[in-house]
Amino acid sequence: MNPLSVVVRTGCDLFAWFMVVFGVSVLVHGYMTPGGGFQGGAIIATFTAFLLVAYGGRKLLGWANEKIFDLFEEVGLLAFFFLAFMGFPVTFFYNYLVKPLAAGGVVPPAGTTALMSIAVGLEVSGALSMVILTMYRGIRMFETAPMEEEIGHDR
Amino acid sequence: MIGNAPFFVVGLLFLGGLTAIFIEKNLIKIAIAIGIISSAVNLFLVALGYRAGGTAPIHFLAGERTVMVLPTPQAMTLTAIVISLATTAFLLSLIMLVYRHYGTLDVDEIRRLRG
Amino acid sequence: MKKMIFVVAALLLGAMVVGAVDNAHPFGFPGKTPMDDFFLADALPNRSTENIVTAIVFDYRGFDTIGEAAVLFTALCAISVLFREGGRKR
Repeated sequence: MNPLSVVVRTGCDLFAWFMVVFGVSVLVHGYMTPGGGFQGGAIIATFTAFLLVAYGGRKLLGWANEKIFDLFEEVGLLAFFFLAFMGFPVTFFYNYLVKPLAAGGVVPPAGTTALMSIAVGLEVSGALSMVILTMYRGIRMFETAPMEEEIGHDR
Repeated sequence: MIGNAPFFVVGLLFLGGLTAIFIEKNLIKIAIAIGIISSAVNLFLVALGYRAGGTAPIHFLAGERTVMVLPTPQAMTLTAIVISLATTAFLLSLIMLVYRHYGTLDVDEIRRLRG
Repeated sequence: MKKMIFVVAALLLGAMVVGAVDNAHPFGFPGKTPMDDFFLADALPNRSTENIVTAIVFDYRGFDTIGEAAVLFTALCAISVLFREGGRKR
């Protein structure tokens, strides 16, 4: 894909990282305002799509590190399961960190609801970004091989 | 019948998507019609949980009003949207592979050519 | 000719769907809702959560969220397998 004109690239330079900050804000305040894990993760994943449209595919594949998104997804899923298993003496999904509403502290009074929200947001953003990059790489793979010699799926 | 307008709109959306699946010849347009049917079903789920005169089920925004809409269908719709997104991504990848193998996206041609 | 039969069948099915959906309950007046009344009354004192939809997704019905996270992971694995580069056919 070719990069678009100077106007689009300048807009992308100004707005791209603010979109990530907005998505993180929607994600972290999930227990108070409308939003939460899934919605914030989808907003962060539009960062990759925005860069792909504005700058072209070749530059994005040279700049983006696929291992970071892979790490986000696996860490998110493992943290979610770890938090679910930690309340095990009582029951499987017990909320063992809940406090009355007036108490403050580092962990929010909602307990594991807020922490699980962050873990699911990490997983969703990593998974959607990986889907976009993999499907784009698939288009490039089809164009470099001629039509008669089909790429087999077994070695 | 006029008071039930959202349910009527759900039926119309479902009918539009179903007609498009039957008539269209291009594979991408069939995938779009499947997305329209998903939207119709999600709208039906959310419209089932409305209470007249209610407000959003969030204490931060409600203020002094006490009647709230039902929150359970909204939570189930979140799950349904994410699952239909995963299915659509897989469907579009399969369509890309079909185009690579057959060279065309027309349903009649794909039925006639055999690998 | 075949197209006409398909369009008539689709219209008939759509009319049946509209009729069935219209009879659910009058819009705005659901019947008795014991489970949702319990969720609305119990979220703020016992769980300290102001967003009741998030409390339902992650705390009261968290088991469905585990299934959904697994579906997302499986879809990513499946797409990764489809676009793998293999050997060339001779």
